[in-house]
Amino acid sequence: MSNSTEKEQLQAEVTQEEKKIHKAKKKVTEKDTLEALGNREYKWGFYTDIEQEYAAPGLNEDVVRFISMKKKEPEWMLEWRLRAFRNWQKMKEPTWVNVKYPPIDYQSQRYYAAPKTDDDRPKSLDEVDPELIKTYEKLGIPLEEQKMLAGVAVDAVFDSVSVATTFKEKLAEEGIIFCSMSEAVHNHPDLVKKYLGSVVPYNDNFFAALNSAVFSDGSFVYVPKGVRCPMELSTYFRINSENTGQFERTLIVAEDSSYVSYLEGCTAPKRDTHQLHAAVVELVALDNAEIKYSTVQNWYPGDKDGKGGIYNFVTKRGKCAGVNSKISWTQVETGSAITWKYPSVVLQGDNSIGEFYSVALTMNHQQADTGTKMIHLGNNTKSTIVSKGIAGGVSQNSYRGLVKVMKKAKNARNFSQCDSLLLGDRCGAHTFPYVEVNNTSSQVEHEATTSKIGEDQIFYLNQRGISTEDAVSIIVNGFAKEVFRELPMEFAVEAQKLLGVSLEGSVG
Amino acid sequence: MALAIKDNNQLYISNFESLEKSLNGEAKSWVHQLRQDALNKFDELGFPTTRNEEWKYTNVTPIAQENFKHVLKPDLNAVTSNDVKRFEYPGLDTHLLVFVDGHFAGQLSSVRDLPDGVKAGSLADALRSDAAPLQQHLGKYAPYQDDAFTALSTAFIIDGAYIYLPQNALVEKPIHLLFLSSSHDEPFVSYPRNLIVAGKHSKATVIETYAGLNNNRYFTNNVTEAFVDENAYVEHYKIQEESSEAYHVSTTQVYQKANSNFVSNAVTFGGLIVRNNPRAILDAEGLESTLNGLYLGTGKQLIDNHTTIDHAKPHCNSHELYKGVLDGNARGVFNGKIFVRLDAQKTDAKQTNQALLLSDDASIDTKPQLEIFADDVKCTHGATIGQLDEDAMFYLQTRGIEKEMARNILTYAFASDVINHMNIKELRDYCHHRLLVKLQQDRLEGIDQE
Repeated sequence: MSNSTEKEQLQAEVTQEEKKIHKAKKKVTEKDTLEALGNREYKWGFYTDIEQEYAAPGLNEDVVRFISMKKKEPEWMLEWRLRAFRNWQKMKEPTWVNVKYPPIDYQSQRYYAAPKTDDDRPKSLDEVDPELIKTYEKLGIPLEEQKMLAGVAVDAVFDSVSVATTFKEKLAEEGIIFCSMSEAVHNHPDLVKKYLGSVVPYNDNFFAALNSAVFSDGSFVYVPKGVRCPMELSTYFRINSENTGQFERTLIVAEDSSYVSYLEGCTAPKRDTHQLHAAVVELVALDNAEIKYSTVQNWYPGDKDGKGGIYNFVTKRGKCAGVNSKISWTQVETGSAITWKYPSVVLQGDNSIGEFYSVALTMNHQQADTGTKMIHLGNNTKSTIVSKGIAGGVSQNSYRGLVKVMKKAKNARNFSQCDSLLLGDRCGAHTFPYVEVNNTSSQVEHEATTSKIGEDQIFYLNQRGISTEDAVSIIVNGFAKEVFRELPMEFAVEAQKLLGVSLEGSVG
Repeated sequence: MALAIKDNNQLYISNFESLEKSLNGEAKSWVHQLRQDALNKFDELGFPTTRNEEWKYTNVTPIAQENFKHVLKPDLNAVTSNDVKRFEYPGLDTHLLVFVDGHFAGQLSSVRDLPDGVKAGSLADALRSDAAPLQQHLGKYAPYQDDAFTALSTAFIIDGAYIYLPQNALVEKPIHLLFLSSSHDEPFVSYPRNLIVAGKHSKATVIETYAGLNNNRYFTNNVTEAFVDENAYVEHYKIQEESSEAYHVSTTQVYQKANSNFVSNAVTFGGLIVRNNPRAILDAEGLESTLNGLYLGTGKQLIDNHTTIDHAKPHCNSHELYKGVLDGNARGVFNGKIFVRLDAQKTDAKQTNQALLLSDDASIDTKPQLEIFADDVKCTHGATIGQLDEDAMFYLQTRGIEKEMARNILTYAFASDVINHMNIKELRDYCHHRLLVKLQQDRLEGIDQE
């Protein structure tokens, strides 16, 4: 190609870009963009048709027994489920939360659905149902590729039963156990017995009790003494069949001086009826151990009129049981019609550290009530909370957090910051920080601000030739940067993209 | 645990019946209808338990279970002018209104040379002589529908202060309302009810002082309503010096109109269980509201401040600064709500609350709360809890200042922040003085333990 043609082409490209920008600037005022955000389509709404084995709708002891039988569980596991179920029956659904939804009929839900391949589990990817593989590919989780390129071991949960577990051999070399919960119940009963429910007891709260009774599957991670997990462990969850609540149960145990980073991400196909999701995640960090748990949550949020969408009622809690241990939660919440979760840390060991970094974006009719709890029990314990709430449309975004310093937690230290960004004049941002301090040697600081995107900021970016929509995206990304920084690299990229998509309007 | 304690409802109902009997014929008036409605509401609500989110950290069971006597006619001879003098602020010239056990005591009061049209007197008198203008305001601002204590207080509206400022009125001297609780053989309750109506362009300063004459048990259940009309300026002080056995539950409800300014300074020294609810509704544009507070808890005191600022209209500013010092086994609670309603654009709301814990047995529960429904607003809140700065302590000690003294100096400096916001020098001096005295008292009692 000669120099002149190259030049011409470049110029043509530049003029085209300029035209585009000009058009965008002319057509789109800030308001248009924000309104357009509401019209975005859920990009990952599709539905895979795979024959499923269902439990009959409804919840009673027989269903609990059925689930346990289906999973060929030992007696003690069934007993535990039944204890949880009996407790759940006596409990009432909590009402203090700042979200509104029609009452859930727990008897119309199905509590078990497994892909037909249950009897004959695939040993490798080749044996996996090609339909499933396709689903994952649409989601952008190419199992094989990830295996080779990203070095990420994926334990993908399709509805209720783990379908493919990869990289096990490599992890096994290090002595790390990374498998589905059902496998762990069979192969590592001592560990499961010891730690399951040790952080979130089966009677902890209404949804945790429900989960304990009917949990379908989930991940189990055990990192032995002194081992630094060589790769990021990851599970993609996915809700598929209609009216099937999904109840994952995740348990991560990090032995003395070990380290593990775990990623959780989810998208769900488009559905009209609400789907209930009540997961429980338990983390245990022993002496000098560190667990990093990152989540990108993008369940189906419902359409722009607030129809459909996932109810995401999650109990996540970590226990820094040993000295100098550290647990860090990072979450990017963009999906679900209703999000209700408080990843917490119990700082039991002396010098232990708890962290919580969160970005919660709500658009249209979404409602989020999320935050954290930091319970300081040990001496010199430290916690950091950084929460960024972004609300648009007619959504409601609440931060609710508790920092509790017990009398014996000498020299405890907490810093909390929760900022809210409002993208419209019909949405709401709320903060409910609870601070309870019971000794003199502790220092607790809390800060909160609420603001909107400044007109001057938008103007500045427009002036530099950046469309209003991109400007909004840039500003929002900057606002959330402090949290993205905490995510593992692969996830940070995905999260940023996700935020961009979620904010996407219709700028030409 | 139930959501409400209703064990003693019958007592309050029979108290109400004896009140009714003493009214002769007044029982059909609108005031009495208001009382009756509020009593019904109280009967329905009962006293809250800690299961109620608004009372999560404050257990009022001791109040709910005590059999308080209601004083219908106080013994005014039991209180002398010397008693009154104890609670006047040295050097401060005021219009003084004294109340004993919730009832106006004219012979102890001195109100002279009020500007034309300004009223500052007993609410009971006003209800007897000139009830009609009151109907527009009394009970209109402090909602009792979901607050048992306000309901109870409203059911027993008998007396208190009525302050009325006509348009353009300017009252130079502060109006001092002194509520004294005397001694009785048994625990007793009073319901001081105050109404402040500030007309357009008016200006006044009101000081409410609550004090116990003896170290006995009683319960003060107070409601103060303030209506601040356009361009009016009201400065409000509340100095609380109840006895160390007393219960004090108080709601100060402010309703503001355009371009008005309301400044509140609430200082809590006394009481065993104390709950203050300063609330402001900013229901017009361009107004300014300030709620400041200081509390000093020692011994077994429980001091709970629940502030609410409700931005209902655009272009309003609110400021809030609350500081607490907690020593001994004292407990502090702070809950600061800021609402910004839909369309209340250009709101600027700032809240700061800080607590200083001086003893390991003291504790603080704090919950700043923002609920925002408009987008073009500036809202911030900050909360800190900590101890005295070790470096500062060390510095002072290297200068030859004893530990006790150093501690007091630093505490004094911490609290001065709030006190220095007060515009009346005599009140500042008084608060500074009381702060030091109270800190030392507590230390002297606790010094053997160290």
